[in-house]
Amino acid sequence: MNLKRLQAVTLLALAGLILSGCERPPIDTVQVGFRGTGMELVYNPRTLADQQALNTPPAALPEADKSGPRAGAVYKNVKVLGNLSVGEFNRLMVGYTQWIAPEQGCGYCHNVNNFADDSLYTKVVARRMTEMTLHLNATWKNHVAETGVTCYSCHRGQPVPGKVWFKPDESKLAKGLLGQRNGQNAPAPSVAYSSLPNDPFSAYLLKDNRIRQISQTALPQGINGNGSSTQATEATYGFMMHMSDSLGVNCAYCHNTRNFSNWQESPPQRAVAWHGIRMVRELNNEFVEPLTKTFPANRLGPTGDVAKINCATCHQGAYKPLWGEQMAKNWPELRGGSSRPIKTAAGGSGQ
Amino acid sequence: MADYQNLFTQVQAVTHPHLGVAIDPRDMRERTRSPSLRHLAGRLGNAQIGPLYLGWVGLASAICFLVAFTIVGWNMLVQVNYDPIQFVRQLFWLSLDPPPPEYGLKLAPLRQGGWWNIAGFFLTVSILLWWVRVYRRARALNMGTHVAWAFAAAIWLFLVLGFFRPILMGSWSEGVPFGIFSHLDWTAAFSIRYGNLFYNPFHMLSIVFLYGSALLFAMHGGTILAVSRYGGDREIEQIVDRGSASERAALFWRWTMGFNATMESVHRWAWWFAVLCPLTGGIGILLTGTVVDNWYLWGIKHGIVPPYPDMWGAPTVDPSVLQGAK
Repeated sequence: MNLKRLQAVTLLALAGLILSGCERPPIDTVQVGFRGTGMELVYNPRTLADQQALNTPPAALPEADKSGPRAGAVYKNVKVLGNLSVGEFNRLMVGYTQWIAPEQGCGYCHNVNNFADDSLYTKVVARRMTEMTLHLNATWKNHVAETGVTCYSCHRGQPVPGKVWFKPDESKLAKGLLGQRNGQNAPAPSVAYSSLPNDPFSAYLLKDNRIRQISQTALPQGINGNGSSTQATEATYGFMMHMSDSLGVNCAYCHNTRNFSNWQESPPQRAVAWHGIRMVRELNNEFVEPLTKTFPANRLGPTGDVAKINCATCHQGAYKPLWGEQMAKNWPELRGGSSRPIKTAAGGSGQ
Repeated sequence: MADYQNLFTQVQAVTHPHLGVAIDPRDMRERTRSPSLRHLAGRLGNAQIGPLYLGWVGLASAICFLVAFTIVGWNMLVQVNYDPIQFVRQLFWLSLDPPPPEYGLKLAPLRQGGWWNIAGFFLTVSILLWWVRVYRRARALNMGTHVAWAFAAAIWLFLVLGFFRPILMGSWSEGVPFGIFSHLDWTAAFSIRYGNLFYNPFHMLSIVFLYGSALLFAMHGGTILAVSRYGGDREIEQIVDRGSASERAALFWRWTMGFNATMESVHRWAWWFAVLCPLTGGIGILLTGTVVDNWYLWGIKHGIVPPYPDMWGAPTVDPSVLQGAK
């Protein structure tokens, strides 16, 4: 009898241990493709409920008077958005405070005795980030469409966006003959806790390493096939895990289940994501990286690099940031022109 | 009060452990001398533990395995800086990876995958020696060598994955990492890289035999357990008198599906299904990347990929082929 009880307890403990890694049902499944093809999106309704608050934008501010003198003429040292009316300009500054530094207030970026002063690094960064937002909204419509972005899309009420990435510190890795992790095989959140190569960002969101590994011919061409390898595929796979995790979706959101590389049968979201990769790469290279020297050391990563953007920075676990809420609609000042050049008034150097 | 149960026989006959049939003095020397009865073992199988036959081949195999195990384990241990708690927590992630593609078939430096080659070598030798041992022990008992050949089928798949295919591809980097999650991720990446392995006919066959094995196992195990109340699990009685148990089992299957395997042929069914699973699977892996580079496109070419209606209005266009794409 005792032995039976012991067996029962042991079995229960084992079952508990094994199941503890699972999400408890029910899970919602939405069919998005032809029946029988496994084109299904999987959602955990409890995760979605938890994300409700995160995806609710702050209350809109009342509209400002568009007439009157221009901000650039009234205030000193206005290098961007000087063409806004003073009312629009100040409304936007109130928005910035609400989105980025609600607790710290104006003094987070401004010398409160002289608002024109550029001595705080945060003001220089904010100006460049404003240019980035204008550029993004004007130039990357194939990713952000008419929804656009505001500072809040990434900042969510924090001076430093919660989801950013740094290059990994490789000096901490084993130096001897044994124990090479090979940039993978660690429970890394960057690749959704898979064992895949866990710095997909340097390769694809800073450099433009080859992402496509799947052969485009049925039979091998030449001695090396398409020149790809299973290991290179694992690197791409790691990046895809990041995208999946950042958007809270499974593979079938962008890919068809039969052949990941086939575009014709892919959901249209895949093309949006394709532009997104290029967008983030450009923003990191043209706007974020050049600010490295502007930031103080305590804002830099373990290897002295600046905090950079990836898919999670804006998406934060949602298929569309803020679940597609068109927050930028209330902020036409941030829509930018038809196509803004990368280098504007403040210069591209970020200094 | 003792009672009779099918799955875990709770009544255990306690007697002097049996040392097994004598073959020759050398053979007897290599057997461990003191078999014992273990109650817990008796709940799962035969209560008698031992005698174990080691022999030189077994010893060499064990040593080679230990070398491979130590290389893999030590590499994992260093990955967590010898921290036992982290070793347990991260065990499923830790891995010893093959070298990167640039080394081809040359031996890479130890820190860049050389250890993988060495561990793989010792593991392969260990497994091959173990096969010799299985074969020779079967011959020593004047048995057939079915178990050895079934084991050889598994070894075939193992060698294809880590030896034959990397050589044909010209790079050790194509081998499988030694690690729990890493080998699973490798498997998924391998299928993706070659355009979805599900369109590989040998992969299809392998799955048929894999699922078929499970089905056969369930049918056979279920049948014998169902007639064990008539002695169906007792081979000796069944040989002398097929009577109730065997006849009932046979009739049951003829009733339900019109045909039955026999007491002997059901084991051939099982053996072939089990053996063909890694055999066909190995062929499928060997052809991947060497003969076929994208199984989905290969499937289109040969009409095995069904067309599906467009679900999104218009086919999605690859943005990289559009004019002015960045």
